[in-house]
Amino acid sequence: MILDDIYTELIAEHSRSPEHRHHIDNPTFTERGHNPSCGDEITLELKVADGKIADASFTGVGCAISQASTDMMIELLKGKSVEETQRLANLFLSMIKGDVTDEAELEDLEDAAALKNIANMPARVKCATLAWHTLNSAINGRKG
Amino acid sequence: MSSNKYIRDFPILNQTMNGKPIVYLDNGATTQKPDSVVRAICGYYGGCNANPHRGAYELSVKATDIYESARAKVAKFINAEKPMEIIFTKNATESLNLVAYSYGLNNINVGDEIVLTILEHHSNLVPWQQVAKAKGAILKYIYLDQDGNVNDEEIDSKITEQTKIVALTQVSNVLGLVNDVKKVADKAHSVGAVVVVDGSQSVPHMKVDVKALNVDFFAFSGHKMLAPMGIGVLYGKEKLLEDMTPFLTGGDMIEYVEEQTTTFAELPSKFEAGTQNVGGAAGLSAAIDYIEKIGFDEIERIERELVDYALPRLRELPYIELYGCNSKKSNKTGIVTFNVKDVHPHDVATILDAEGVAIRAGHHCAQPLHRYLGINSTCRASFYLYNSTDDVDRLIEGLKKVRKVMHLDS
Repeated sequence: MILDDIYTELIAEHSRSPEHRHHIDNPTFTERGHNPSCGDEITLELKVADGKIADASFTGVGCAISQASTDMMIELLKGKSVEETQRLANLFLSMIKGDVTDEAELEDLEDAAALKNIANMPARVKCATLAWHTLNSAINGRKG
Repeated sequence: MSSNKYIRDFPILNQTMNGKPIVYLDNGATTQKPDSVVRAICGYYGGCNANPHRGAYELSVKATDIYESARAKVAKFINAEKPMEIIFTKNATESLNLVAYSYGLNNINVGDEIVLTILEHHSNLVPWQQVAKAKGAILKYIYLDQDGNVNDEEIDSKITEQTKIVALTQVSNVLGLVNDVKKVADKAHSVGAVVVVDGSQSVPHMKVDVKALNVDFFAFSGHKMLAPMGIGVLYGKEKLLEDMTPFLTGGDMIEYVEEQTTTFAELPSKFEAGTQNVGGAAGLSAAIDYIEKIGFDEIERIERELVDYALPRLRELPYIELYGCNSKKSNKTGIVTFNVKDVHPHDVATILDAEGVAIRAGHHCAQPLHRYLGINSTCRASFYLYNSTDDVDRLIEGLKKVRKVMHLDS
């Protein structure tokens, strides 16, 4: 296991000083996500306007991977359409499953592509995917 | 004790993890199994397997003998009055649920109090929440002193005339501190309450005498004491067990079954519905033999030596915060719980994993305790009889790398 492939400077930065860890005014959706086994907890706040993610933020506590993943996800989805957001979430989840490895395809994930190596660390998959599953629940909850 | 002679009985520990010789410090979660236990399980399935209590043939009689002699051995091991007071379950969680459902639901009424300590593992907490919810009872918690011990005044003030059940762990799975179960039992009995003890973290590490403690129910798991997963124990006083309704019903726990009614079997069969884990019982029996061969004096000596060796070395690291390590009052088993400043326990565990060191990270199934202590989660290193000071050195070396990997120190 090469730790430096996981705990990169980029991930350290996103987890230590997450730009998007705060509240937003009047979120359209507030969705909680939780990994009961390790204690990672996040609350995702989304403001949707005209089919787009107008603003997003999170609060919570957790390991570096869960927090960095959440911060990078929010960075990525701000301003994107809800449909595109769902495509990106599925792409991220496929990457973590090891189903998508093509670098060019993963470029769409921007910083979040840095978590690719988590695919080789089954013990940490839940940490990386927490935010993205929470996002899916928020969006699917809205549809339903 | 830089190395440990007992490790040779545990071939599983002769392997590498991430390219480094494994250091297994997650014994609070489950222990490894010595050769003798693995052989006992293989021996059962390889030579003695049949459904016990049923077949009128020699092989079934053999299986029954193995199962019942394991029960007698457990009874002697914890000094129960009679083997029939030993109910085999799949683990401590099932044992505690059995008490909650078969005793709790039938003896708790609206307004009664169930008293727990804030130290409880979810297995000795959630079932009582369920009982309290179902019956309109009140759940109360005994809180702690600064040093992590159960507060004596809380024992006196929380257990009242309304208290019907007091449930507590003998040893905290997070802090490793030993509770004075006898004192709590005496107080509980003075108000007519029954005492339910979770012995999961005590039975593997210290001599337990259920009669001397005067507890009413006592639960533990085999897998935390060198035995296989899937075999656990509930001890209960005969009179209490006699008066209880069965937890699960079905085969082997009956006397007569009519179309509309059933009479139940005597103890302990009344609480053992369906085919039981005889191979597990054979393994548990071999585990008790192994533990008794080494002796609790030796086990306690080893664990104490490891904690005494680890604590000053951890205190030398300015970024380590320790929990439950300043107690002057109570004994401590081989559990050291800590955090690395500014690093989440899960990241600490991953970095130690890369060094071949296995610890537990998270809330250790004790969320209310962590919330009470004002922390989200912790790292736990838990020792057992096969660990050595070399293992502690490897832990310390690994911890020294953590902050660097996280880009916190250069």
